[in-house]
Amino acid sequence: MATPTGITLKELSKKEGLLTSGHRMCAGCGAPIIVKMVLLAAEGPIIAANATGCLEVSTCISDYTAWKIPWIHNAFENAAATLSGVETMYRSLKKQGKISKDIKFIAFGGDGGTYDIGLQSLSGAMERGHDMLYVCYDNGAYMNTGIQRSSATPFGADTTTCPAGSVIPGKTQNRKNLTKIMAAHNIPYAAQASPSHWMDLVKKVKKALSITGPKFMNILSPCNRGWRSRTDDAIMLSRLGVETCYWPLYEIEDGATKVTFKPKEKKPLVDFLKPQGRFKHLFAPENEWMLKKFQEIVDKEWESLLKSDSGRCDSKPSGKAPGAE
Amino acid sequence: MARVVAVTGNEAVAEALRQVNPDVSSAYPITPATDIMQRFTGFVSNGKVKTEMILVESEHSAMSGCIGASAAGGRVMTATSSQGLALMWEELFIASGTRLPIVMALVNRALSAPLNIHGDHSDGMGARDCGWIQLWSENAQDAYDNTIQAFRIAEHMDLRLPAMVCLDGFIISHSIERIEYIEDDKVKNFVGEFKNLNPLLDLEHPVSYGPLILPDYYMEYRKAHAEVMSKVAGVVLDVAKDFEKISGRKYGLFETYRLDDAEIGLVILNSAAGTSKDVIDAFREKGIKAGLLKPRLYRPFPYEEVGNALKHLKAVCVLDRADAFGASYGPLFMDIASSLYTCKEKPVLINKIYGLGGRDYLPEHAGLVLDELAGIAKTGKVKTFKEYIGVRE
Repeated sequence: MATPTGITLKELSKKEGLLTSGHRMCAGCGAPIIVKMVLLAAEGPIIAANATGCLEVSTCISDYTAWKIPWIHNAFENAAATLSGVETMYRSLKKQGKISKDIKFIAFGGDGGTYDIGLQSLSGAMERGHDMLYVCYDNGAYMNTGIQRSSATPFGADTTTCPAGSVIPGKTQNRKNLTKIMAAHNIPYAAQASPSHWMDLVKKVKKALSITGPKFMNILSPCNRGWRSRTDDAIMLSRLGVETCYWPLYEIEDGATKVTFKPKEKKPLVDFLKPQGRFKHLFAPENEWMLKKFQEIVDKEWESLLKSDSGRCDSKPSGKAPGAE
Repeated sequence: MARVVAVTGNEAVAEALRQVNPDVSSAYPITPATDIMQRFTGFVSNGKVKTEMILVESEHSAMSGCIGASAAGGRVMTATSSQGLALMWEELFIASGTRLPIVMALVNRALSAPLNIHGDHSDGMGARDCGWIQLWSENAQDAYDNTIQAFRIAEHMDLRLPAMVCLDGFIISHSIERIEYIEDDKVKNFVGEFKNLNPLLDLEHPVSYGPLILPDYYMEYRKAHAEVMSKVAGVVLDVAKDFEKISGRKYGLFETYRLDDAEIGLVILNSAAGTSKDVIDAFREKGIKAGLLKPRLYRPFPYEEVGNALKHLKAVCVLDRADAFGASYGPLFMDIASSLYTCKEKPVLINKIYGLGGRDYLPEHAGLVLDELAGIAKTGKVKTFKEYIGVRE
């Protein structure tokens, strides 16, 4: 399928994968799909940094590495600060004439390493204006250590540290809106994407990498272990996340918000929740209020997003997602 | 010609860093180290150095940035104190475990609580076993000389280990002393061009830094680290020999002062050694054979050499400017005791804790300790093996 931007799946599939198979991520995990898409979208040399987390522990277990590009892992909370160091050394050596090539820098972190423990490091790197793209693969909990609650965990979800019990029915707080927090740094580019809408994702990565300065992308990353869903449902679930407006696709470029996909008919949130065991208890009669409240939260955030939309939405009137086929 | 100047310890360290001219520095301000980076960023802003600064939002990020920059491939330095070092703690181990030759000035300051910004050694002692090289400095000249030598030591191809240069907060960092600066070109030639080892920026040879290593290999990596630590002392001595050629100043693993024929002695780190030497001179004039040992390379600690230097004494007091709560003695005492353990003959050892949180260490304190040692040497009787001095009862 050719597109106005000239990106085709056929062409992308011909490119060399920079994260090789043989890594030890779980079957059906969203994260390696996302990393693969991000790296396929990038042109030219890339250096990556990784926060401690599922992606990191599963892709570089000595003496093996799945990374065909230079890659650095330091600790949990400091992928952005670490990559700041790498990028600054690059600038220093380039200025001294010791490096001639143009290199792009990409950091990958899960929601724990990005929304929570790594927020300060990320905020600092964005404020300082390092030329890097930070990609958060948001699976909504500390999945690597066994599904503990994070500030990205959605309202009502059952996790191992906010278990749905007889007194407390799962997580009682709403998620943090990290994409907006990052946009509030007045960085040139912040966006949300989903692996279900691959074309939208690839376009956003390409746009981000074409801009000099700090960029942030938040990408929904289904985790069948933590979401208590079927192994092969990652793409279906991430699509439902978008179509129910639980995970709106948008970008904020130089302060202007653009919703990049508006569903023709917004699906009810329960369509996204029902296939996931972490929300099972919400369907008990006594927790009906939670479903109602969760839908209200999603509606309110979606309405607020639409109000801020500059109206330059790319999606066709049919509301069909670019690349959703 | 070497320049003779009157400067503070911080100013001297900043001057050494200007002369070394690193590629990147990632730093965060903290009293009393702030002044080093303030002065250094002045050099950056005025084009006196090629260094790219990363002015981070915390010390954790300062060391994280240093790690990223060092792994990328180039010369990297930073400076900190006290709480800043404590916040870096996790990263100190990652810097050394990744074998990155980062140089850091540590302006020694007390740890909170209670909050205190003045000089003691609690910060450096807390980081003594994190796999870094530690060089301690008595005065501004030592701090300047150690900073220059630290780059050569850390970047040595047999080592590739991070190094911290310790100097006493305020007492040295903010006091003006007469020191000699070496000429710029001599320092430049002395440190030489930075040699890369598996740089992340080498696109032709992509490397992965920071792997997960499970029980099947983790222990081999730690053993390799321990083995490389055993090579540090030799490199420190070689570098000191070269340094003497450009400076005329001699450095060893530690300094001995009137120790060869001494019967009683003090072991003491950093600025308080200067005060103690004056008092030792006074005791010598009274006919009492007193001497002193001041460690310089504190990590890795040269146990054998220190043991040999002290074994002939009758009584020795180790003065600690930090306590090790829950251990019976201060940290320096435990190292001195370990270094004498295998010696057949050894002195009676006592331990005094002094100068915490910037409390003055006065000549009277050294005098009282030497009197006590003279008594122990004569009678063999020890009143108490460890106590705090210069403190209210």
